[in-house]
Amino acid sequence: MAASPLPTLTAKDLASDQEIRWCPGCGDYSILAQMKKALTTVGVPREKMVFVSGIGCSSRFPYYMNTYGFHTIHGRAPTFATGLRLARPDLQVWVVTGDGDGLSIGGNHLIHALRRNVDIKVLLFNNEIYGLTKGQYSPTSRLGTKTKSSPQGSIDKPLRPLSVALAAEASFVARTIDIDVQHLTNTLQRAAAHKGSAFIEIYQNCKIFNDGVFEYTTDKSVKSDNVLYLEHGKPMIYGKDRNKGIRLNGLSLESVAIGNGVQIDDLLMHDEKADEPTLASLLSRMVCPDLPECVGVLRSVQRPTLEELQQKQMDDLIKARGPGDLEKLFKNDDLWVVE
Amino acid sequence: MSSTTTAPSPSASQELESVTIRFAGDSGDGMQLAGTQFTNASAIMGNDISTLPDFPAEIRAPAGTLAGVSGFQVHFSSSDIHTPGDVLNTLVAMNPAALKTNLKDLEPGGILIVNSDAFGTSELDKARYKSNPLEDGSLKGYRIIRVPINKLNREAVAECKLSPREADRCKNFFALGLVYWMYERPMEPTLKWIQEKFSKNPIVLEANTRTLKAGYNYGETCEVMPVHYKVPKAKIAPGVYRKITGNEAIVMGLVAASKLSGKDMVFSGYPITPASSVLEGLADMKRFGIKTLQAEDEIAAIGVAIGASFGGAIGVTGTSGPGICLKSEAIGLAVMTELPLVIIDVQRGGPSTGLPTKTEQADLLQAMYGRNGECPVAIIAPRSPGDCFNMVFEAVRIATEFMTPIFFLSDGYIANGAEPWSIPDISKLPQLKITHPTAPNGNGDVKGHENGAGELGKFLPYKRNELLVRPWAIPGTPGLEHRIGGIEKEDVTGNVNYEAGNHEHMVKTRAQKIANIATTIPDLEVEGSQSGDLLVVGWGGTYGSLTTAVTRMNRKGYKVGLAHLRYLNPMPKNTGEVLKRFKKVLVPELNAGQLLLLLRAKYLVDAVGLNKIQGKPFLVSEIEAKIEQMLAS
Ligand SMILES: Cc1ncc(C[n+]2csc(CCOP(=O)(O)OP(=O)(O)O)c2C)c(N)n1
Ligand code: SF4
Repeated sequence: MAASPLPTLTAKDLASDQEIRWCPGCGDYSILAQMKKALTTVGVPREKMVFVSGIGCSSRFPYYMNTYGFHTIHGRAPTFATGLRLARPDLQVWVVTGDGDGLSIGGNHLIHALRRNVDIKVLLFNNEIYGLTKGQYSPTSRLGTKTKSSPQGSIDKPLRPLSVALAAEASFVARTIDIDVQHLTNTLQRAAAHKGSAFIEIYQNCKIFNDGVFEYTTDKSVKSDNVLYLEHGKPMIYGKDRNKGIRLNGLSLESVAIGNGVQIDDLLMHDEKADEPTLASLLSRMVCPDLPECVGVLRSVQRPTLEELQQKQMDDLIKARGPGDLEKLFKNDDLWVVE
Repeated sequence: MSSTTTAPSPSASQELESVTIRFAGDSGDGMQLAGTQFTNASAIMGNDISTLPDFPAEIRAPAGTLAGVSGFQVHFSSSDIHTPGDVLNTLVAMNPAALKTNLKDLEPGGILIVNSDAFGTSELDKARYKSNPLEDGSLKGYRIIRVPINKLNREAVAECKLSPREADRCKNFFALGLVYWMYERPMEPTLKWIQEKFSKNPIVLEANTRTLKAGYNYGETCEVMPVHYKVPKAKIAPGVYRKITGNEAIVMGLVAASKLSGKDMVFSGYPITPASSVLEGLADMKRFGIKTLQAEDEIAAIGVAIGASFGGAIGVTGTSGPGICLKSEAIGLAVMTELPLVIIDVQRGGPSTGLPTKTEQADLLQAMYGRNGECPVAIIAPRSPGDCFNMVFEAVRIATEFMTPIFFLSDGYIANGAEPWSIPDISKLPQLKITHPTAPNGNGDVKGHENGAGELGKFLPYKRNELLVRPWAIPGTPGLEHRIGGIEKEDVTGNVNYEAGNHEHMVKTRAQKIANIATTIPDLEVEGSQSGDLLVVGWGGTYGSLTTAVTRMNRKGYKVGLAHLRYLNPMPKNTGEVLKRFKKVLVPELNAGQLLLLLRAKYLVDAVGLNKIQGKPFLVSEIEAKIEQMLAS
């Protein structure tokens, strides 16, 4: 991480004077705390940071940060963030969204912001439920989830946020967990350092309407068998005893026990910089209990951002033909003079 | 004049004050192009001009069918004109379908130029003619000029070695050449255009040049045309002129506003007829620092524009009626967060997809009320293509001076229609002074506000000036960090606040802020009689027909005035007073009575509507007839 050349920020500097209104025990608290911590080291002054959100519990986030903030409308935060970045490439723009906000009503905007590679950092707080509207199933709820709007169990196939982001050509894609504080902080810092659109899915516990959905990834007794921590250039090993790994079998991934003829060399190596997101896509589709769910950076590649491309077109044109001249613009057609 | 007493020689020339001509043909026949070229030539001749393009919603309906007819009407004159003309003096019909759909607009005794080669049985069948109108006597009342355009055109381009299909594509220029001769138009502008357009394709360049000249020569040498006509230059205000359409004027106005205010501009739109050419035009303005984005839909487009405004740029979005529906929620957010935003609505026939290529003025109430909650926005409307330039400038001024979304209600007729535009003197354009705070505005008054909001050194995003406008503090400014959003605000601090009394206070404050715009706009002027028997009140693109009708009524001695509203919300301060000066009030609109409803509700005036909902502009005669009827009763 680049050290800040500025007067160092503390997490306290980043706390706003607004009262926080999330339910006690909500995973959002932890994310807020790690965000404040992460931002103390990214080298961006507070006034240059902007948090843009949609609507949902998680989207209250901007009010709690002593930065610039814009709490917008349901699902559309990526569009406001895109306009902000186009106007002001000097600002660091974070988008906070929920699984309903980002993938249901705003699915369209999310994929388009990612494909354009707008330099925004999208944090999708996934609690597999609609919190603010009090507990309806969401586009990430598992099949059969019983909620007030799915009393017999949900029958809509869930979306996998990471797969969506990869399909949308996102240049940075990661997953982390609300109470895995170290990992969360690191992931936020990596997103901050990424140039281009970064997408982070955060497993977030909704204490009230979906308590414990991600317990299998946080409960110490089972977590290591259910979560694969990805590291660039390292083999995909997991398990309490580090005795399991992920191997390619045909066009699918499989979990294998190491030993009994299976060598570490047989396992997949993680390459977050691969040009094609083929393997990353497969990783994004690993679901418990058949396979561990991966956490970490699935993809991190560089390509020009929308803002850069827009600026370059402008600069090239101005270089070739000079800056725009109003007088000439007005007269760029056949003229006639009336005396 | 010719000295012969028998049939006039081909060179006989007659002077006319003004002429309305329509080119009509299949949508593949190049009628829009022919009409545009004719318009340019007339403008350069020094005539006043007004045009009305009319094209089908289908890009290419089957050739020769009634659904595929495309027309372009030009009114050119030696006097000041404001409309594309009520009735046609001349109709050029390239096929039976064009004849059938357009003949009703040709004046009795009018000139009808037909492409006689296109009247075979299959073409007649496609146009659902039971017998050939060229032979069955049904066109008796017109001066028919039959020209075998297909054949003559093919002969003209024979040496160019084009395929028959390619050759036929030039026939619009043959027809154009003929009409150029008929009305003594100069061919040079079109020849120059052909040169530039086809410089990479010398064969096509040659073919079009030849056929244009052949059409002209055909007129000159052939006896089918008894006479040709001259329309002298118009006496219009001195200046340098060009032709401009409404959408072109919007583009130029926005560029000028950005440049003269020294502010960045971000425009985001999603293609929709008839607004697309604004997006296209601005996309080509990168050398002026204008940034554009073709968004994934209209919701995204307005989000991008609002995000840009939050960042301190001038955010602009543009669309037509269906797109406005999608933008409604975001407009509400811009009202709540009090950010500047220009929303261009090029209206078309609705509801829903409606009449995509036809004009209507039916989004006024949507602009006024089409959102949840009490959600006032400013609304202005240009009255002609050239006026789009002035009014879009005004839109930027109001949006930034009052921190509000503003609707700019144009329509398909203004957007595509063209008129002469006197090129403005840049040094005389209004200056836009836009400022952003750089220091906290807390004044030490902490009473009544939680969180010590009024503390010195605090920034209060909703502390207002004397016109109730909040400051436009932009991200990146140290010490002014603040959060805004769609949830109700506490007065002054902008903190989230759900209290009953605060909400009512804020609703009223937002409404009063919009009402305060009236202190910065000109009074409503009346044209014609300043008081008397009848006042015509209109808005937007109907101005041309209304002013022409009122002028004629005044000439006939009636005491009739015209008040044309360019500011619809708020309306000029003297509107009520103006309405009271007349015994009767007539409100002609291309909708079922939307301004009428607003005027009756707000000013308790017993106004009467004249409502046309046909996707077409008013004819002057329709307005005159209604005025006469009202005066007689
Ligand atoms: C246009 C619109 N439709 C519906 C709503 C109601 N609404 C508010 S938040 C929400 C879902 C939020 O769920 P999620 O994004 O998962 O966020 P969470 O509250 O769980 O953090 C809905 C449907 C709204 N505010 N606006
Ligand atoms: S409803 Fe759930 S997501 Fe919302 S604040 Fe409460 S615990 Fe958090």
